[in-house]
Amino acid sequence: MISLADSFTLAFVAAGALLFLAGTLGLLRFPDTLSRLHALSKADNLGLGLIVIGLLPQTQTIAGGVKLVCIWLLAQLSAATASQLIAGIAARRQPDA
Amino acid sequence: MSLVFDVALAAGLVALALHVVLTRDGKGAIIAFIGFGLLLGIGWARLASVDVALTEAAIGGGLTGMLLLRTQAHLAGRGVRPAQTGHPSWRLAAAGCTIVTLGLGYVVLAFPSPAPSLAREVAGSLDATGLGNPVTAVLLAFRAIDTLLEKIVIILALIGVWSLASDPNWGGSSHLRPASVPEPLVFLARMLPPFGVVIAVYQVWVGADLPGGTFQAGTILAAMWLLVMLAGLRPAPETRAAGLRMMLAAGPALFLLIGFLGFLIAGGFLAYPEAVAKPLIVAIEVALTLSVAATLGLLVAGPPDKEPAR
Repeated sequence: MISLADSFTLAFVAAGALLFLAGTLGLLRFPDTLSRLHALSKADNLGLGLIVIGLLPQTQTIAGGVKLVCIWLLAQLSAATASQLIAGIAARRQPDA
Repeated sequence: MSLVFDVALAAGLVALALHVVLTRDGKGAIIAFIGFGLLLGIGWARLASVDVALTEAAIGGGLTGMLLLRTQAHLAGRGVRPAQTGHPSWRLAAAGCTIVTLGLGYVVLAFPSPAPSLAREVAGSLDATGLGNPVTAVLLAFRAIDTLLEKIVIILALIGVWSLASDPNWGGSSHLRPASVPEPLVFLARMLPPFGVVIAVYQVWVGADLPGGTFQAGTILAAMWLLVMLAGLRPAPETRAAGLRMMLAAGPALFLLIGFLGFLIAGGFLAYPEAVAKPLIVAIEVALTLSVAATLGLLVAGPPDKEPAR
């Protein structure tokens, strides 16, 4: 019998992993740069967010949990910036895309 | 279950390494090499060597990757063609790598079991240093001479890079800011550095007792500095500036000074008196972190290509 916290973790981490899988599939299969970016940033933001929420019940200290959330926020910031930069270059190369 | 993960990790590492060597696309190879560094970091973390994992991700993946990307852009700008794979020097490098790999494999497999180790002595003497992280104790106390020489080597590397500057540019600054800076990059360069500085300070401080330390913190600081310079928020400094050169030399200089003081107060080069071992080590680490950050940032910035202001 697994505890409530463990089943919560299992459910959320599995959902996060599924999103990463879907994001990777989109990255490989989508036809153009902007849709591929969309798939990638979905996986980064939502997938990582779900995994972080899933791991929160497993942290021993509050500081550990705050660090996990900070990692997610920093990853959001860098993913959003990288997506904007790549999208900007893609738009400059193909003004109608 | 973890065996499946480890096998997948090892297979991914070998596949990425082969891709880096065999691909014809220079930029693709460099990006794969950055990915290889990050994956190798996960590998080190799986071996419970978090200190090495952090350094590998920061230096092996991030900093080396950026150096290579800048070099590639520089060469592409000059229209230099990469060497073809049929070139004899390529075979020579391949043969050299194969011999080193086979030799290392033989040595590792020939270890007696249990492997010879000084880990027990390190753990036994850890209390004398006042530190909790055995890696930091080895780097800054038991084998401090290696660390000292390592920090001096990266400064020599920087002097090597600077000496590529043309005569009128000597002492000038590097031109890092691209012709047009995209708005999101400016936003990131305003947002991220405060967090980066806090994380770097935390890395130095926590390095005494937990994984972390000067190289990791220095790389984070250098990355933040480069971000600010690349976004054009601050210009690259003039390399003749006295303050900058003091900062570059301060870390190794303090290390050497405390090393020689060891003759007077503790009876040997780089020996610390037990009572003040930890404060001394932390002071050296702080000074080294600033020096490492400045050195790594300037290494990526490259040789000065603007004349110093009169």
